[in-house]
Amino acid sequence: MKRACLAALMSHWRRNPLQLFAFLAGLALATGLWSGVQAINAEARASYDAAAQTLGEGQFDQIVPRSGDRIAQADYVALRRAGWMVSPVIEGRVDGVRVLGFDPLSSPAGFGVNNAADDIDLGAFLGPDQLFAAPETLPRLSLDIALTEAPGVAPGIAAGDVGVVQRVLDRRDLSRLLVLADQPLTRPPLDRIAPHLRLLPASQSADLGELTDSFHLNLTAFGLLSFAVGLFIVYSTIGLAFEQRRGVVRTLRALGVPLPRLIGIMVAEVLLLALVGAVLGVFLGYVLAALLLPDVAITLRGLYGAEVSGTLRFRPEWWGSGMAIAVLGAVSAAGARLWQIARMPLLASARPRAWAMTTGQAQRIQAAVAAMLLLAAGLFALLGSGLAAGFALLGCFLIGAALALPVLVRPVLTLAEGASRTPVSTWFWADTRQQLPGLSLALMALLLAISANVGVATMVSSFRLTFVAFLDQRLAPELYVQTADAAEAQGLETTMQAQGIPVLPLLRADARIADLPARLLGVRVGPTYRDNWVFLDASAGAWDRVADGAGAILNEQLARRAGLWVDDAIDVAPGVTLPVVAVVGDYGNPLGQVFVSEPLFRDLHPDASPRQFGLRTDDPAALRAVLETELGLAPSAITNQTALKAFSLQVFERTFTVTAALNVLTLAVAGFAMLMSLLTLADLRVPQLAPVWALGLTRRDIGQLELMRAGVFAALVCIVALPVGLALAWVLLAIINVEAFGWRLPMFLFPADYARLGLYAVLAALLAAAWPAWRLMRTPPSALLKVFANER
Amino acid sequence: MKDTNAPPLLDLVGVHKSYSGAEGPVPVLRGVDLQLRAGETLALTGESGSGKSTLLHIAGALDLADSGQVRIAGHDITAMSDTQRAEVRRRDVAVVFQQFNLIPSLTVADNIAFQARLSGHVDAELVARLADRLGLAEQMRKYPEALSGGQQQRVAIARALAARPRLLLADEPTGNLDEDTAAEVLDQLVALVSDSGAALLVVTHSPAIAARMDQRLHLRQGHLE
Repeated sequence: MKRACLAALMSHWRRNPLQLFAFLAGLALATGLWSGVQAINAEARASYDAAAQTLGEGQFDQIVPRSGDRIAQADYVALRRAGWMVSPVIEGRVDGVRVLGFDPLSSPAGFGVNNAADDIDLGAFLGPDQLFAAPETLPRLSLDIALTEAPGVAPGIAAGDVGVVQRVLDRRDLSRLLVLADQPLTRPPLDRIAPHLRLLPASQSADLGELTDSFHLNLTAFGLLSFAVGLFIVYSTIGLAFEQRRGVVRTLRALGVPLPRLIGIMVAEVLLLALVGAVLGVFLGYVLAALLLPDVAITLRGLYGAEVSGTLRFRPEWWGSGMAIAVLGAVSAAGARLWQIARMPLLASARPRAWAMTTGQAQRIQAAVAAMLLLAAGLFALLGSGLAAGFALLGCFLIGAALALPVLVRPVLTLAEGASRTPVSTWFWADTRQQLPGLSLALMALLLAISANVGVATMVSSFRLTFVAFLDQRLAPELYVQTADAAEAQGLETTMQAQGIPVLPLLRADARIADLPARLLGVRVGPTYRDNWVFLDASAGAWDRVADGAGAILNEQLARRAGLWVDDAIDVAPGVTLPVVAVVGDYGNPLGQVFVSEPLFRDLHPDASPRQFGLRTDDPAALRAVLETELGLAPSAITNQTALKAFSLQVFERTFTVTAALNVLTLAVAGFAMLMSLLTLADLRVPQLAPVWALGLTRRDIGQLELMRAGVFAALVCIVALPVGLALAWVLLAIINVEAFGWRLPMFLFPADYARLGLYAVLAALLAAAWPAWRLMRTPPSALLKVFANER
Repeated sequence: MKDTNAPPLLDLVGVHKSYSGAEGPVPVLRGVDLQLRAGETLALTGESGSGKSTLLHIAGALDLADSGQVRIAGHDITAMSDTQRAEVRRRDVAVVFQQFNLIPSLTVADNIAFQARLSGHVDAELVARLADRLGLAEQMRKYPEALSGGQQQRVAIARALAARPRLLLADEPTGNLDEDTAAEVLDQLVALVSDSGAALLVVTHSPAIAARMDQRLHLRQGHLE
């Protein structure tokens, strides 16, 4: 019986391949977008874990310089002699690869490649000069040294013995010292042996996973949005299929199939189809992730300096979650229909009700749920805090707006019907109103997609305008020079001063300010800073006070995190407290920064010497020639401001490539939802259209009116989507960005972009309606006549 | 074939049924008694809305009486669960519906064999013979939508008989057919039932169809006459 019953139910799909396609494609698209995003996140997190493993970040106490980034080898020797159990580490960059040198004999277990790659033989490690790196990293290195493949080393990192790496980097010093867990009780304090060094507890190291959480949360939110849009397709397909099979269900029951068994078989049918859709979706997700991962890797490197493997692996955490969410989504979409069938009396009418012709009660429930969700969104906006509350606000607002759409559109159609003058136009508006319930899911999907596009486009474009202005402020010097050592730096300053070229040294030291990891920067206050920097808030004479060593400037991230604003006091070093004189917008990094005058910085960090300089000149080409010929600087050490700006903008654009791609995909899925809804509704439309045809409208007229109806619906959705999208942009800029990155961006409006997007949406709807309309125009008169022959 | 001493296949005693209306319950059946034995044929006539279809649904274990006793093939279905009644429908009863109720996504061949498959006793030879006798041999691979109304009605009859039911119920089996086709289908139905030894209850408006049955009962104001 089970087999016969399942065969009868499944035969529906064989006879309605388009519905089957819509079901599987909808589920596959939804799952694909979700699992693609999850795959990217999983790959990135695995790379962070590998990096943390290789670099020991967050795992060990470390000794680092109070300023600068070098430790003399003599300090290491002094500490060892004093009894400190420390292990040396040197780091540098070669060909864009982070080169890490350590001592495998003294480094703690779990550091470097010790346990990340059991395949590295210690003998080989200590043997002839060679570096170890992951297969995808090796091609980036062009060193005259043996390179050995070691899959366990994190991507973007090459590891080797400390001596080997010193030779590769042409250095004799170290970057940091790892502090082993077991230390002698009698060792002298660090301050006595090396006062210019400080102990950095493990918990205070930068954690890439934490730093990039907001980025991945953004991706996850997009994945979830895409999944919701895809699920609309599944929901509407299942709804239609179940509705069309009411007669079959009644017949099966009349022929003796018990209801519980029938429900069980239908659940099995949905599960079977869901599994097929899920497998297709996971495959699609893999392809999508493989295509997007390189851009994501560049984004993460550009934004956070995080190296992410460019190779995608088939990890159970993302394909498992993809399968699970697909099956759960399909079952939940089918659940309401199965419940209806379970409650349907055996002798109930088998005639498919006009599909999804929602009852007045259902409409009222939908409106009430929409109102509750919008109210919840308002409460989250007023009372919530934190990133999770921000996303909860977004979720409630978007779903609430989508559910409210039919409630908003229906009165407009009623008004249009009332205002129409001709019989055809009256019928057109009445019929459009009648189609609203059947198309409402597709229209909600379109609303979500257009709103997301408006919202994200507004955020990105606002960000771009702000970022360009920020680059103009910050990258005022025409040339930037990187010096190799203190002597070269001194030579540069002397030569430039002799030629009357303004020099802006960049002095910096890592610090802990307001109990947060931050960076202290010393600036040479002058016209460049005074003329170019634009403050978010400042007291009178802010630069004068900074120049006098009587004030500090904070970047917005630190101000928000520490809750410090103008006129508050801040400890920039132990015993040194300054008033905050200004807060400056900073869109280039996630770290907190404090700016003080150069003399004050040198007082606080007497050993610090600048390695980077900005130079002001009217003739960058001539100055570059001077730097290369007179000072012997390598061309690669000199960067043009224009090139730097272009590079920064390039990083910015790449950062939003993934967002843009997901945006386009979401809109495409919404267009697909519209197409599938119209196609699957086409059969049900024939009995509604046949009387109009019989009364004198041609099939061509009817087809054109169908197209116009799709255009009207899309235009109405656009009108609702614009304010929803702008509200979404506001939430992204004013809440999500502040929580995730620590800065608030001004919001700009881009009417031309919105008009273009609206045009695309209407075009997408017309394209989606074109095929069903064309099919309708070609419906043979005999099919239309069948409606009147009572033989359907 | 008829055995007047055999226990009735269908035994209705004091069956009452009413529907809820705007002004309270509307009685449809008021203490109906009815017996039908193997090999017997019975025509049930009555005005529209007199409760003929309701009686047929109760007799077919598709609906429950408000009170009274309903026994099908010796089983008291009033005391059965929904699942048990479904088993009775599958095993002992077949219904030919006025609107055919074929499964549109299955071919004619699959439709005919369907109920027999459900009961687990499909006889391919019987299916072929029924199709042949009902003039459906050429239509076996087609879908219902490609058939005329008369052909669809024959498929419904073939499906009912292929399951070898002990009790065959037909609700206006020729209601959608023209006079000639109706007569032809009825001839085949009666002949096939006679061959199978099943009991047949036909609900009809047509005096001509009623005249072909062994017994005729008229339902008026909820009582059988």
